[in-house]
Amino acid sequence: MTSLASSPMVAAETARLPRVRHRHVGRWLAAAAILGVLALVVRAFAQGQINWAVVGQFLTARSIITGLGFTLIMTVLAMLLGIGSGVLFAVMKMSPNPVLRGVAEFYIWMFRGTPLLLQLLLWFNLALVFPTIGIPGVASWRTVEVMTPFIATLLGLGLNQGAYTAEVVRGGILSIDFGQTEAAMSIGMTRLTALRRIVLPQAMRVIIPPVGNEVVSMVKLTSMASVIQYPDILRSAQTVYYANGLVIELLLVASVWYLGVVTLLSLGQMVLERRFARGRVRRQIAAAPEVALPKVEGAGA
Amino acid sequence: MSAVLSPMVRMAAVDKRYGDYPALRNIELEVRAGEVLCIIGPSGSGKSTLLRCINQLESIDAGAIWVDGDLIGHRVVGQTLHPLGDAQVAAQRRKIGMVFQRFNLFAHMTVLQNVIEGPVTVQRRPREEATRKARELLGRVGLADRQNHYPSELSGGQQQRVAIARALAMQPQLLLFDEPTSALDPELVGEVLAVMRDLAASGMTMVVVTHELGFAREVADRVVFMDAGAVVEQGPAAAVLTAPQHQRTRDFISAVIK
Repeated sequence: MTSLASSPMVAAETARLPRVRHRHVGRWLAAAAILGVLALVVRAFAQGQINWAVVGQFLTARSIITGLGFTLIMTVLAMLLGIGSGVLFAVMKMSPNPVLRGVAEFYIWMFRGTPLLLQLLLWFNLALVFPTIGIPGVASWRTVEVMTPFIATLLGLGLNQGAYTAEVVRGGILSIDFGQTEAAMSIGMTRLTALRRIVLPQAMRVIIPPVGNEVVSMVKLTSMASVIQYPDILRSAQTVYYANGLVIELLLVASVWYLGVVTLLSLGQMVLERRFARGRVRRQIAAAPEVALPKVEGAGA
Repeated sequence: MSAVLSPMVRMAAVDKRYGDYPALRNIELEVRAGEVLCIIGPSGSGKSTLLRCINQLESIDAGAIWVDGDLIGHRVVGQTLHPLGDAQVAAQRRKIGMVFQRFNLFAHMTVLQNVIEGPVTVQRRPREEATRKARELLGRVGLADRQNHYPSELSGGQQQRVAIARALAMQPQLLLFDEPTSALDPELVGEVLAVMRDLAASGMTMVVVTHELGFAREVADRVVFMDAGAVVEQGPAAAVLTAPQHQRTRDFISAVIK
């Protein structure tokens, strides 16, 4: 062997030999097998007891679109509440103030420690505990009127989400070097300003992927609120098939919408991730986003 | 006015402990306005801690520090010292610029955004004015053509020069340098020292923790040698560096030069 490699003539000849690409036999075999299975599945669905015309027809039915609207509104509002309370409780949990820290720990412990379904039922049945709510001596309302399915679902989903998001946000903040905070304080920022201007924008890069995951999961969790009469898309589909008996067709209608919404959200997540990767990846200077500032002659790239 | 009479920095009987470990012991130190003071000493001698105490990145356990006549971190109420709140501490730091060993540029901001962040967000100055000033400063540190780059696209020496411009943008009375060249490749040290030399010549008050004895000899008005949390000796740069009085100072200097 050594004699072969060390012979300059053989080495030069070997170096000149033409190169052949790797054949990737495994990939072709796997693709063939999967295509075969896929064909069987498609055939099964085509021959199965599914009335595809009905699926197409109900896709844009009024009650389904209304249900979709309720699902989307609840996803957005519950996520806003979840992210808002998540950031708040993450910051509280990292505060030097032991009272704030204790409150945040209790909140996270409590809302992560009980099932979401149970929390929804508790909010909805709050009137059993407090017949009226309000500020003593200022105003009060009957709880049954305030705690509609909408409000109960929003509080149930949003506050539960907040407990999880708080930990995600805290992880993001911890991932940023403390030198960033020190540099911010050295130019005279308060701790809170440093968090808002310097730490959180950088933490977003770490926070967005798991929160994107949670948004996707929230789209589907809203269906759980049908137990407290929230009229989301799955509940609308159920209402229709109780009347016409087309169970699978209506469930497929809901599936199509869920998949469509989740696909759009995933695309949105990609855009956001790119935006918050600023300064992390080396890039072509030509592609540099221009700072929105007046140009000065002789300056700039 | 008062700056002429009182020193820019005065430290009196300052003690600092990490648990049982004494980081600073009975520090007595003055920095006059316009002076360049270099602090040298072995690692773990408390040089960086001393510097960080001046702008309150570390708290002290005993003693008192004044910057430009203001008592740092506390106010006197009758016969007791009361700690200041976060906002007041932040306001005190605005007079003091700091340059870190690891640069600590804001990674999500371009060079220009790094430099105008303090003036715009903290001092609430108009963005156009801050930008004009920032471009001037970047020109002064030789980086006018790098304003739209992100820190990750710059060399260590360039990043440190941006960090100096960022500190200068706040128009500080005092600049603190915490081993500004220790994280740099040897061939990049010179460009940062050149900027610092230029600053010193312009009359800026500077406290520099450094291992660059050549820089200290050339630029410093006075040199402080620290060991084990205490100031062992201080005096004119030439005196301390070429004719040290204490054996520990002599040992340190010969170890560094060799």
